[in-house]
Amino acid sequence: MTSVLYDAPGPRAKRRNIIYTVAFLVLLVLGIWWAMGEMSDKGQLEWSLWKPFTEAEAWTTYLLPGLGNTMKAAALAMIIALPLGAIFGIARLSDHRWIRVPAGTVVEFFRAIPVLILMFFANELYAGFDGISSDVRPLYAVVTGLVLYNASVLAEVVRAGILSLPKGQSEAAKAIGLRKGQTMTSVLLPQSVTAMLPALVSQLVVIVKDTALGGALLAYTELLSAQGTLAANYANTIPSFIVVALIFIIVNLILTTFASWLEGRLRRAKRGTGAVLAAPGGAEEPVAEPGLGKTDDGRGA
Amino acid sequence: MFDFLEGYDLLGAFWMTVKLTVLSGIGSLVLGTVLAGMRVSPVPLMRGFGTVYVNVVRNIPLTVIIVFSSVGLADVFGMTLGAADDFDALAFRLAILGLSAYTAAFVCEAVRSGINTVPVGQAEAARAIGLSFTQVLMTIVLPQAFRSVIAPLTNVLIALTKNTTVAAAIGVAEAALLMKEMIENEAQLFLITAVFAFGFVVLTLPTGLILGWVGKRMAVKR
Repeated sequence: MTSVLYDAPGPRAKRRNIIYTVAFLVLLVLGIWWAMGEMSDKGQLEWSLWKPFTEAEAWTTYLLPGLGNTMKAAALAMIIALPLGAIFGIARLSDHRWIRVPAGTVVEFFRAIPVLILMFFANELYAGFDGISSDVRPLYAVVTGLVLYNASVLAEVVRAGILSLPKGQSEAAKAIGLRKGQTMTSVLLPQSVTAMLPALVSQLVVIVKDTALGGALLAYTELLSAQGTLAANYANTIPSFIVVALIFIIVNLILTTFASWLEGRLRRAKRGTGAVLAAPGGAEEPVAEPGLGKTDDGRGA
Repeated sequence: MFDFLEGYDLLGAFWMTVKLTVLSGIGSLVLGTVLAGMRVSPVPLMRGFGTVYVNVVRNIPLTVIIVFSSVGLADVFGMTLGAADDFDALAFRLAILGLSAYTAAFVCEAVRSGINTVPVGQAEAARAIGLSFTQVLMTIVLPQAFRSVIAPLTNVLIALTKNTTVAAAIGVAEAALLMKEMIENEAQLFLITAVFAFGFVVLTLPTGLILGWVGKRMAVKR
């Protein structure tokens, strides 16, 4: 691979690159060697600690229910946050100041606050209601916190998605006599949904990662807390952490790959306006500074 | 009206949040820049290492990393980070370690995107006058990249400020942990939440405004 930073390597550069490669390889091997040494010192490489993961029990009792709860909270949060986000995103584009400004304030407020603060708040709030039993309270609290935060993030995604459409779309809608509401619901929103899809999928990665907060601090029995009980049962802290981390990595990699596949597909698509909201850097938290999500407007078919 | 605040060290907790943010901000900036250098380097092995690091770390929840640093690194491997007897100091240092390692992946991606904004001609001209890769990177590309990278780095810093609350999971006495304690003991749930929300708005809003302004001023006009 060549880059603008350096030429295709000549004989001397090739030799130098080989030296760097070897030096870095030595460092890397030493690092792995040291880590493995520490692992075996503490007995974490014993087969008996890894064996549970080859048997069904660890998976059916701990890991899969944990993963299921992680996905349940993430899916609920996404499903509830999306319409809320759409409402606030559209409200921020309103022609009326008295709608635009409050909607903007709410969105900016919830984006500035850590999710954990919102989860703590929801948890304590629900503790005051008798109708919510303590079994489901952690789930409700986690989902509420995630919804409040992600609805405001998604509001920005929706807004950027609508703004990414070519101006001709709303002009044409006006020209054939549609009202503002009709323009939004039958022209702009349907088209922007496809443009937003990649950004939505990568926001799902952020949501999945944030559910782990519920496991660590709100006693929600998701994947991370499943690791806790699993490690307590088999006394295999390090192996179980590695397995749980791998599960998170695999799930999120699938989502990110899906997002970039969608993005590429939409960019290549012949039909539609060609407006695509990029999946921002794979999975970064501060998703949508308006205009930060790359928008290619007007590259129409 | 605010007498429920008595007996709680609100400022101390937010000061802890600020300390976590600044120290892990510095740590992740250094580590992230090194990783970004690796990801654009001519050595394939370094590029591969950088790519794997970024893709692994940013797909693991920060909570898992922080809890692992305490339960795994400290309890199992006996890592003390120079604070063997002081439990609070150890948790604080472990939190900084975890936050830096996690945030570095995002800093790396931001810096790399900054490197991509530097026009090809700049690097070509630098190579034409005979500068080596390191010289091209250090004297031509990175100084320009950092100036255009202030805006995305600001977003990373704001996310980091909010992410320091995760340190509550290993008992670091920062704002979120104090809030948890306060809402369990006091009746004014909404007021307490508003106070802490306001605290975070005070921390993140000026960061965004000031650095946004700096970023606009510093950005290379092209």
